[in-house]
Amino acid sequence: MKILVCLGNVPDTTTKIKISDNKLDATGIQWIINPWDELALTRAMELKEDANNLVDGVSVVSVGLASAEPTIRKALAIGADEAFRIDCEPTDAFFTATQLSLVAKDFDIVLTGIESSDYNGISVGGMLAEIIGSASVSAVSSLNIDADKIIVSREIDGGKETVSTQLPVVLTVQKGIAKDPRIPAMRGIMMARQKPLKVIAATSTANLTEILKFEMPQAKGKCKMVDAENVAELVNLLRNEAKVI
Amino acid sequence: MSVLIYAQNWDGKFKKSVYELLSYGKKIAENNGTELIALSLGNVEKDELESLANYGADKIYFSNNSAFESFDNEIFTAALKQTAEKVAAKEIILLHNNEGKALGSHLSVALKAGFVSAAVALPESYSPITIKKKVFTGKAFAHVKVNSDIAILTLSPNSFEIKEIASAATTEEMNFTLPTAKTKVESREVSKGKLLLTDADLVVSGGRGLKSGENWGMLEDLAGVLGAALACSRPVSDEGWRSHTEHVGQTGKIIAPNLYIAVGISGAIQHVGGISSSKCIVAINKDPDAPIFEVADYGIVGDAFKIVPELTAALK
Ligand SMILES: Cc1cc2nc3c(=O)[nH]c(=O)nc-3n(C[C@H](O)[C@H](O)[C@H](O)COP(=O)(O)OP(=O)(O)OC[C@H]3O[C@@H](n4cnc5c(N)ncnc54)[C@H](O)[C@@H]3O)c2cc1C
Repeated sequence: MKILVCLGNVPDTTTKIKISDNKLDATGIQWIINPWDELALTRAMELKEDANNLVDGVSVVSVGLASAEPTIRKALAIGADEAFRIDCEPTDAFFTATQLSLVAKDFDIVLTGIESSDYNGISVGGMLAEIIGSASVSAVSSLNIDADKIIVSREIDGGKETVSTQLPVVLTVQKGIAKDPRIPAMRGIMMARQKPLKVIAATSTANLTEILKFEMPQAKGKCKMVDAENVAELVNLLRNEAKVI
Repeated sequence: MSVLIYAQNWDGKFKKSVYELLSYGKKIAENNGTELIALSLGNVEKDELESLANYGADKIYFSNNSAFESFDNEIFTAALKQTAEKVAAKEIILLHNNEGKALGSHLSVALKAGFVSAAVALPESYSPITIKKKVFTGKAFAHVKVNSDIAILTLSPNSFEIKEIASAATTEEMNFTLPTAKTKVESREVSKGKLLLTDADLVVSGGRGLKSGENWGMLEDLAGVLGAALACSRPVSDEGWRSHTEHVGQTGKIIAPNLYIAVGISGAIQHVGGISSSKCIVAINKDPDAPIFEVADYGIVGDAFKIVPELTAALK
């Protein structure tokens, strides 16, 4: 069984977003693996290492220019066996999913993070499944392989479901899939240099959406401070000024 | 041509968020001079189905087929696609929840239609559709243009006002050609009767400043008098003080209640990303320089262990 983890390259979660020239201002931005993708990779590694499991290999793929390679190398250092980079700027989700399908069609289990912290949104996993015609489950918070059966749990409102699925499958994973992301060790970093990173030419496809312009949220008015000795005043403000209770 | 909304049900009942979708869809239909169609999948009683007409639906399509008892991407996508084709939907509007997000992405490919998630307002123009949506976990907005004839949207919760408009809707049962499911729900655990965080208008949230899970009693009391749901910061769920289902923020749930009360929460950027769309934010923190005060509307600097019980008492 072969697992593919899709990696999004996103601004570090602490990034203060700045827009200039109608684009994300990239100066000073630290790029990281989308945190959910990182957890997906961690789970894939755990499954590969588990002697009872049938996972033969873990590959990673990212759609991006050469500037995305440090992120991809990090995934190799964490333990992925091989990597693919599809050589183009990821624009909208449909475009990105179409590129990923070039690689994903050869795998049994494809993992994508539920929400990429950048603007591609949440849609890549579902689109990818629809393009390659595989089974799919979203909001997956655990993944186990039991003999040849794939068992996942998925979050639903107020609870969870245990779902079994046929292969191949695209799973859109979220919190819970692995506890903490793995940090590459020195040995892993050394080994990563020898591992294959194949660069694949992008396929041409339409963008179904395009961003015309960005806008920053309106600055909040000043916070109105209430004296700690006068908590009743807060109740009054919430009732009569904010009118939320 | 028409506007199609998917009216998801929970154990046969619709929620406020579905009526919000209808009110939103109605505005678009009125603008375009088209019909508003609602689709319900799964077992819903007639009275409940007809409630969709109170919010402007012109036609209500439904199917009680047992295939819709549990959610499957392919099955639900097939039903939506067939309905969209039948009614020549130009706009398809879904809830911004797990099902809605999954359906939006599948349908986008199936119908070759641009998908915009987390829309926050009505379109700014209609042909082509351009619309404002959240990006970078609420840290910014983007104005997105849809390049296809059909547009698929999910609507951010609490971003549109619900309006009752009685209409004389017709109801019609649909017969779909469905694929065989590739996934199967083996079991389900749901806690009944609990107010869901994502549905709640009022939320009381606690952070590491509360020191331990045993101190949650006072937050429960406050939530009790308000009729609020409970939430927490990530370290609180990581420590196991509270269930991870209560964790809000960039890696947890993203919520937009009318009132969010943050107690002993510093206001880290990842936390704020999950709550910044709340209509009103109250911060209670002993540190006057805590960043949470930068996003709060009202603040009290002081010891939570003293202020929270006083607040509860003042509300009674
Ligand atoms: C990739 C990534 C993703 C993350 N995602 C999330 C996320 O989704 N959600 C999230 O919440 N965090 C997230 N974090 C963590 C985030 O950076 C912060 O560490 C976290 O939000 C801090 O939680 P806190 O405010 O409860 O705790 P702290 O930062 O420790 O703040 C505790 C606050 O309590 C106050 N306090 C202490 N005692 C009292 C008292 N007696 N009365 C009143 N106030 C008191 C203190 O002044 C302080 O401001 C993420 C981090 C990373 C790196």
